[in-house]
Amino acid sequence: MTTLPLEPPPATQAARPVIPGRPVLLGRNTGDRLYRAALTGLALSLPLLLVALVFELSASAWPAITRFGFRFVWTSVWDPVAGVFGAAPMIFGTIASSLLALLFAVPLALGVAIYLTEFSPKWLRQPVAFLVELLAAIPSVVYGLWGIFVLIPFLRAYVVPPLRAVLGWTPFLQGVFYGNSLLAGGVILAIMIVPYIAAVSREVLLAVPSSQREAALGMGATRWEAVWTAVVPYGRAGLIGAVILGLGRALGETMAVTMLIGNRHDIGLSVLQPAYTMAAAIANEFSEATTNLYQSALFEVGLILFVLTVVVNALARLMIWRVARGTAVGSRAL
Amino acid sequence: MSARRLRRRVVSGLMTGLVAGLCLVAVLALLLILGHLVAKGASSLDWSFFVKNPVPAGQAGGGVANAIVGTVIVVGVAALIGLPIGIGTGLYLAEYGSGRLGWVVRFVADVLNGTPSIVVGIFAWTWLVKPMGGFSALAGSVALAALMVPMLARTTEEMVRLVPHSLREAALALGYPRWRTSLRIIARTALAGIVTGCLVGIARIAGETAPLLFTALGNLNFTTNVLQPMQTLSLQIFVYATGPFDEWHRLAWAAALVLMGLVLLLALAARAAVRQRHGTAR
Repeated sequence: MTTLPLEPPPATQAARPVIPGRPVLLGRNTGDRLYRAALTGLALSLPLLLVALVFELSASAWPAITRFGFRFVWTSVWDPVAGVFGAAPMIFGTIASSLLALLFAVPLALGVAIYLTEFSPKWLRQPVAFLVELLAAIPSVVYGLWGIFVLIPFLRAYVVPPLRAVLGWTPFLQGVFYGNSLLAGGVILAIMIVPYIAAVSREVLLAVPSSQREAALGMGATRWEAVWTAVVPYGRAGLIGAVILGLGRALGETMAVTMLIGNRHDIGLSVLQPAYTMAAAIANEFSEATTNLYQSALFEVGLILFVLTVVVNALARLMIWRVARGTAVGSRAL
Repeated sequence: MSARRLRRRVVSGLMTGLVAGLCLVAVLALLLILGHLVAKGASSLDWSFFVKNPVPAGQAGGGVANAIVGTVIVVGVAALIGLPIGIGTGLYLAEYGSGRLGWVVRFVADVLNGTPSIVVGIFAWTWLVKPMGGFSALAGSVALAALMVPMLARTTEEMVRLVPHSLREAALALGYPRWRTSLRIIARTALAGIVTGCLVGIARIAGETAPLLFTALGNLNFTTNVLQPMQTLSLQIFVYATGPFDEWHRLAWAAALVLMGLVLLLALAARAAVRQRHGTAR
């Protein structure tokens, strides 16, 4: 196979010394140009996809946007028959279930990350990290199944009664617990986002220079003090980024939440009551949305959800980049 | 003074125990879920489960042959669409991605990576199902491919970037054109990593349900026509788990076990590919 330039050198070059490899290095070879064009074409598909996505969502949501304006976000009447749509309960439920999930997932995930980077014996690190990351491989619908038949009976039998006994007077534990509830959705979401937060936190902690640890230990700190006063503060921005990344995951999670949260258009403080999320609303109602306005309202819900997750994810990336500049921490989910 | 020191030691020990305990809880959650899948699903895995189609609601028996075949087809077509685009985009980012377009593509990939799959689902509905006039497995595959490409692009880029620069220089010095260097030297060296990315990507979409709700839809009958609605394991589990019949719940657990086995197999294969590349895992 010839590797010399295909076209003969122009006559003017006769005066100068001919360097056979030069056109190759500059990418002037026909094959090179084709290769680059092909790759560029493939790469352009992603921006095009995003533009198409935003355009389609906006266009489909437009009737609802113009009809309801900002009322769509504030009001909570969702009446397909009357053609009145207010998404406040879903927005509330999405945020509430995600925050509840963070409440459980953050200590768990940080515990995993800190233990694996700072305390565990070396031989244990890879296997345990792999096991925790496997949590991310479990399909959402399988989480939902497990939640319906294992988690909810467990919560009903062993978690809710003692919780009620101690904290039953707070507004968060009012009402009858039927199973499908904000609590069930929040717990399943927590398990689902632990691997993401843990993986990114671990990479952040690994990126903390060991001089930080050594300095703290050298000054007489115990191992925990070294971790808590030197390592964790150094990686704080990245850890917060990891948590926000987990939040982004939780906001958009669909199947497991749809199966567990109870799907009721209602805003309530009690975690024992059913709630609704934006993703669940789309999953449940999209196929039965018969009128144009109904469908458009669901598209607007999708648009709000999309914008929310984009903002949250962008925020997370910024925080993570601040710690691990240059390295692609967190792009490798799972 | 020594009481203070003792207290600090005790706190350190307690907190070490606490984080170890939290770590244990996370691993326990995984083992519990896998354990329940096996305990509740394994007994239903018999011959008819794999070769029979679903029977009408309320009747006993039946299998999920249509869903198993459907999963393979929907995911396979998605991989056919998504793998070339994802790997090509990743190669672009690694080879030519230093300019403005590279930055844009990288940013867009990260944005799309965090996009909820249900949003991609309704997008696929407006773009494919509505114009084509009906639900189809193909629309589902496209939606799944759209979910896979961003992640695959970023993994491929990272893997290609790991290839030492000296290798590229050596090939170019021997007079290889850039495109052959890129494909035959760089991509081949990073092959194990790219394969890992592909396997992880496929594992991730194999269990997806939300984007299929309004595209592949589900189908009670056996079909291999990608222009028809098609059943997948994930859709089947959703229907069976939320349905009222005990028989359905039994089948849901079995289907979940099969799906989980498939995903685990892909994840383990991905890990094996990484090990082969690096000697030991990262």
